[in-house]
Amino acid sequence: MITLIKRPTPSKGWSYATPVVAVLATMVAGGLLFAALGKNPVEAIRVIFWDPLFGANAAYFRSQLLVKAAPLILIASGLAVGFRAGIWNIGAEGQYIIGAICGAAVALSVYPAESAWLFPAMVIAGALGGLLWGMIPALLKTLFGTSEILVSLMLVYVAQNLLAYVAFGPLKNPQGYGFPGSRNLQQYPSAHNPELIAGTGAHWGVMAAIVAVIALYILMHRHIAGFRIRVAGEAPRAARFAGVVPARLVVFCLGLSGALAGLAGLFEVSGPSGQITDSFNAGYGFTAIIVAFLGRLHPLGILLAGLLMALTYIGGDMAQLILQLPAAAIQVFQGMLLFFLLGFDVLTNYRIRIGGARA
Amino acid sequence: MMGGIDIIVLIATLMAASTPVLLAATGELVAEKSGVLNLGVEGMMIMGAVGGFAVATATGSPVLGFAAGAVAGALLALLFAVLTQIFLSNQVATGLALTLFGLGLSALIGKGYEGVRPPPTAKLEFGPLADIPVLGPILFSHDWVVYASLVLVALTWAVLKYTRAGLILRAVGESHDAAHALGYRVVAVRFAALAYGGALAGMGGAYLSLVRVPQWTEGMTAGAGWIALAIVVFASWRAERVLIGAYLFGGITALQLQLQAAGYAIPVHLLSMAPYVITIIVLVILSAAHRHGVAAAPAALGRSFHASN
Amino acid sequence: MNRRSFLATTAIAALASAAGLPALAADPLKVGFIYVGPVGDMGWSYQHDLGRRAIEAEYGDKVVTTFMESVPEGPDAERALTQLALEGNTLIFATSFGYMDAVMNVAAKFPNVKFEHATGYKSADNVATYDAKFFQGRAIQGTIGGRMTKTNKIGYIGSFPIPEVIQGINAAYIHAKKVNPDVEMKVVWAYTWFDPAKEADAAAALIAEGVDVLLQHTDSTAPQAKAQEAGNVITFGQASDMSAFAPMPRVSSTIDNWAPYYIKRVGAMLDGSWKSEATWGGIDTGMVEIGEISSAVPEEVKAEALALKDKIAAGEYHPFTGPLNKQDGSAWLAEGVMAEDGELAGMNFFVEGITAELPK
Repeated sequence: MITLIKRPTPSKGWSYATPVVAVLATMVAGGLLFAALGKNPVEAIRVIFWDPLFGANAAYFRSQLLVKAAPLILIASGLAVGFRAGIWNIGAEGQYIIGAICGAAVALSVYPAESAWLFPAMVIAGALGGLLWGMIPALLKTLFGTSEILVSLMLVYVAQNLLAYVAFGPLKNPQGYGFPGSRNLQQYPSAHNPELIAGTGAHWGVMAAIVAVIALYILMHRHIAGFRIRVAGEAPRAARFAGVVPARLVVFCLGLSGALAGLAGLFEVSGPSGQITDSFNAGYGFTAIIVAFLGRLHPLGILLAGLLMALTYIGGDMAQLILQLPAAAIQVFQGMLLFFLLGFDVLTNYRIRIGGARA
Repeated sequence: MMGGIDIIVLIATLMAASTPVLLAATGELVAEKSGVLNLGVEGMMIMGAVGGFAVATATGSPVLGFAAGAVAGALLALLFAVLTQIFLSNQVATGLALTLFGLGLSALIGKGYEGVRPPPTAKLEFGPLADIPVLGPILFSHDWVVYASLVLVALTWAVLKYTRAGLILRAVGESHDAAHALGYRVVAVRFAALAYGGALAGMGGAYLSLVRVPQWTEGMTAGAGWIALAIVVFASWRAERVLIGAYLFGGITALQLQLQAAGYAIPVHLLSMAPYVITIIVLVILSAAHRHGVAAAPAALGRSFHASN
Repeated sequence: MNRRSFLATTAIAALASAAGLPALAADPLKVGFIYVGPVGDMGWSYQHDLGRRAIEAEYGDKVVTTFMESVPEGPDAERALTQLALEGNTLIFATSFGYMDAVMNVAAKFPNVKFEHATGYKSADNVATYDAKFFQGRAIQGTIGGRMTKTNKIGYIGSFPIPEVIQGINAAYIHAKKVNPDVEMKVVWAYTWFDPAKEADAAAALIAEGVDVLLQHTDSTAPQAKAQEAGNVITFGQASDMSAFAPMPRVSSTIDNWAPYYIKRVGAMLDGSWKSEATWGGIDTGMVEIGEISSAVPEEVKAEALALKDKIAAGEYHPFTGPLNKQDGSAWLAEGVMAEDGELAGMNFFVEGITAELPK
């Protein structure tokens, strides 16, 4: 009989060791999978984890790592605050979409304006859009006690339909030969969110992600508000005595995570993606939830988890290309990585005791 | 006929159309009643779709196919159970990972089944009953899975409401600590509930690949699992309302397509939003009504349980 | 130029020039593909992959092909295209409309790599476009449908209201009407290329409206199964042959056959004659292939359909030949005038007689 004994305090050592153990376990399990598919497992692992970072053309792939990781990190940073407080926003995907729509709508409504103020206005619109979309579950929770998990999830589908509606309707490119999708903001200089330093992949969204990680660290670990948020999550009753107003906390957490998700959407639509289309959202909002947990809701952890997720996407594409592994095998591999990372985390908070003792 | 829409056909269509999500939502309901939020429904459905398809074509028996679909869905659910109940991983993140994993694994298993046709699932013969006006096409024109799914909903409802097993399940979902203190084996109950949920999701997936399409293609569930999750919420965790929810969600799709076929120009996307908006409204009404009483959602939903807590 | 990219350096350009160096004569030509769906989708991406395999069969060890499947449109496509270029592929096929801007961006960075973009309208010196005149197949389907319908109602499951689909609806209607003046066209937009459940519902809705000829512009076989269940409804395969449903309900099909074009373009690369051009191939080039007309179709109808096919293939007949009016009654093509390709490419109206409204 194996029993788990809760540690009085989380183990520092294991909290660093588990991700490494999990990645190693994934390499073994993934290697078996790739071998079963008739590929050289060592080569496959090298292509996924090593080549994008240090292989040929690594400069390009490292820049893409930032492009892919930035929205994940930006969104996950916001989500982590709420998750710490026990407020579960799982609708970041919807807030991401609405942020993108609002930002793009501002730009497209004044097309072809040439103004240095346009991009800042879009940033504000994007953040506001995500914030307002996040306010819906927040207000329903504070007014009626409605579960924010479910409302925020339902609003993802509403947002997706809105996205399709605007892509086929109001925001459709009038010069697009009847095809759905907006004008490309990459060809609209005032609205474009370009690479700031060519070849690095760093656009404003990457900057925002870095700022978000630092701000998250200051808020959660250096500020009294962060202490209150954590208390609210771990001991809600105690938090009330400490002066935490639950309603304000809900509004703050959902508003913050919504605004950051909206920003991520705005930076994506004005930068790497360029266009509002009905398939614009690529699941960043959902993947960011995984990133937040993989990162143990800690700023540094989120940064690393976001980069790791991005690496599996880019490395996975490489494996498809070089080894002709099916895309499905990469998905299975990513799934395994997540399972191991999530599962092994138990060692941080619990000791394993082998023997019959019942706790 | 009403405004060019044939109501009878609409109802008959949506009954068959809703079967996959009805099955999946009923299963997820039981899992959530036990206090576990499994967002991996899509992954379990598609595993059921491929597992059911593979076995049905190999054996020539759709019945065995559905059984295999249920097993495939349940196996994936057990993986989720091991991670969330034993390794205490976060349910939301694990569920999302489960969907990713299921979509990938099903595609790998399904290589080689593309373009194959499965053995047909026959409609039941009701003889003269099928010719009764109105009721005939609505009630007596379906295959056995449609009836089986309705029976399963009724059974689930009865078990949850009237049996000791149902009581224990609900107790575990409301407060795992209290249930544990009373001597119930929380983890075992949740394993069973999750497996049942996975089995039903798998059957729903198998209905897609064996009856609705019928063929195997990667990603063929196309978001049905997410709709099932929405339906559980819409139903406010009551089995009888799952039926209404499934028919509402299936009905809106069928209705908007029928309106188009009848020549109406309708804002498709705005209409497609409607069921989700309605679900939110239902949630708000319920939570407002229950403000000082029993909440609609199981109180322990989504929280990890550890015996020494 | 962008005001915010003043720090632009040549990092990518350096990579690009290294990757785009002409290959040594002995090296095989590397050809890359990106697909929007999985190769096993049995529809759009699958047909492109058949084309890729045809290249390998044709040229053997003179070529090496690679593909990336399920590549989402947007930034992921841009990265995938760049990866293909960096891996030394000198001819890259991007097989979905939504890859258009990504192709243009990557093509600008890799001037020595040739790109082929399916169904788009932007081109460059190293970007060619190609598309198939699917509407030619629809004309034949309309003829068979118009002859065979007993209810005089033809249903069309549209994916998205884009020119390609609108051309298809118009062509099917015009030719059904030609052989059966009482015919009526019912259109349902599914807003998806592939969603079996929704497609099945769309088929059911049309069949409930009395449709007994069903055309689909979506890729799953769900509508075929629905028609089979109804018993007396005929259908046509879309993208692939869908012969599993022959001879009834599937009586014929339009097959996207990219193989001849792909073989031709790779051949042009091998002998150095590749040029950027816009190809819009029809039945004559083999790009649009008419699947076998099944035994469920009466002999004389089959003969009529095949005669029409031959006339289109020989260039003697254009499916959009005047007199044709637009839906609102305004004149479009005068007697004997044939529609120009450029005009068709942006088609955003129904022809006169169709009662369904086009979504705005």
